[in-house]
Amino acid sequence: MPKVTYVLADGSRRSLGLSVGASLMEGATGNAVPGVLGDCGGSCACATCHVYIEDARAAALPPPSEMENELLNGVAAERRPTSRLGCQVRVTAELDGLVVVLPERQT
Amino acid sequence: MSEGPLVVVGASCAGISLAMATRDLGSERPIVLVGDEPDLPYHRPPLSKAFLAGKAEESTLALRPESLLASLGIEIVAGTAVTAIDRTARRVITADGRRIAYDHLALTTGSRARTLAIAGTADNVLTLRTLADARRLRAAAATCREVVIVGGGFVGLEVAATLAVAGAAVTVVETEQRLLKRAVSPAVSDAVMRLHHRHGVGLRLGARVTAIDRAGDRARAVRLDDGSVLPCDLVVVGIGAVANDELAAAAGLPCRDGVLVDPEGRTADPHIVAAGDCARHPSRFADGRLVRLESVQNATDQARAAAAVLHGLPQPYDKVPWFWSDQYDVKIQIAGLVDEPDTSVLRGNAEDGRFSVFHFRAGRLIGAESLGRPGDHLFARRCLGEHLAVTPALLADAGTDLAALATAARAAAAAPSRTS
Repeated sequence: MPKVTYVLADGSRRSLGLSVGASLMEGATGNAVPGVLGDCGGSCACATCHVYIEDARAAALPPPSEMENELLNGVAAERRPTSRLGCQVRVTAELDGLVVVLPERQT
Repeated sequence: MSEGPLVVVGASCAGISLAMATRDLGSERPIVLVGDEPDLPYHRPPLSKAFLAGKAEESTLALRPESLLASLGIEIVAGTAVTAIDRTARRVITADGRRIAYDHLALTTGSRARTLAIAGTADNVLTLRTLADARRLRAAAATCREVVIVGGGFVGLEVAATLAVAGAAVTVVETEQRLLKRAVSPAVSDAVMRLHHRHGVGLRLGARVTAIDRAGDRARAVRLDDGSVLPCDLVVVGIGAVANDELAAAAGLPCRDGVLVDPEGRTADPHIVAAGDCARHPSRFADGRLVRLESVQNATDQARAAAAVLHGLPQPYDKVPWFWSDQYDVKIQIAGLVDEPDTSVLRGNAEDGRFSVFHFRAGRLIGAESLGRPGDHLFARRCLGEHLAVTPALLADAGTDLAALATAARAAAAAPSRTS
């Protein structure tokens, strides 16, 4: 399983093996990674699974849809060029070793 | 701060949010969620959409994995109805005779589907609220050809959309003259009507169901008050929800179509909070009036506020209400509480079905409804949340850049007043 490392707002790190096809939101909420809520369950509606993908491979990800892009304007923490909604980014074999930074707040 | 047991009645979206928030706040107190459904807490929104369409399986619906809840010390007592609250002894009594002691009690009992009295019981007359309901509906949908949906609200219309896409002949019967009348403004009702027409769904507005014809245990046709008869092999009743507040009322807690709570989520009993569909709270988005909201946003955010007050960190629940509904490829989004607006302006193009209606009362933005315009929706959420002043004229102007407008309004709100 590809490994994804979540860097929490306090700087601590959680590394997890995630199934291919799982979203970064599911990887966090399913493993009690604090700082990701995913209230709408992946419907691309709530903007509470905001993550920063500070990784060169971010550019190779499918780009945000219009809905995701607009929701990113409404995230509780600062929007950065690396901002994505975790529910919209799915784990692939190529993303093994991905590092995902979590924002300070989701609401 | 007490660290005695927290008992949550209702293993629901609100219940899980409350439990998770309690752990996030650092509490290690025992937490027990008691729910009357046999299933572990799950996401409801997919039940009328991806799950019904066969695109999502049950394994994807869990709000949190069982192993995770166990590792956090959040005990789930499933399939167990709570029948009474003994407030004096501080314990709840379950249908199977258990007594579970609490130091704090959270009521997240939700709401249930309102039923149609004349529908009686038939194998193919269904409502949709729980996962068990959804399993029955999905099984019925696999073979049905002609479907009558009673009620043109969000649940009914989402089911209509899913089943129409799956190839069924669907007719929606609504007593009002327009769809979603209690939830959205006329322009949005019209657009939703056209959307369903385009997908071949029949709409019978201003029509009332007078009888359901049966053959044995199965409904065969729905009769309307204009004399028409709609043959069917499946009937889905979606005529709203009723707050599950009977448990609280029986325990002497003040209720009025929902358990009454204060802005922090407390009931009249200092040991008991309530959140989600079952709670009625004063909302600043309704000028302080008491409202009961049925939405994921309300369930999660109100539950977090209730967790905070139990943790000794009271904070008024004042998150912007928002809501969404997916029908076909259109996302309908609502921000704020739209009640008796005096001015409404449209942005976008109502003809092509991508537009928003912004609603104002006494010069203040109170809410917005958007179809396929997520930027407008987020703008409205931001304005409502940050009390940003915007005018109907600016929003009606298609040339106005909303991002720039929000930035300017934010700067104006932050700047010291020039008149003082």
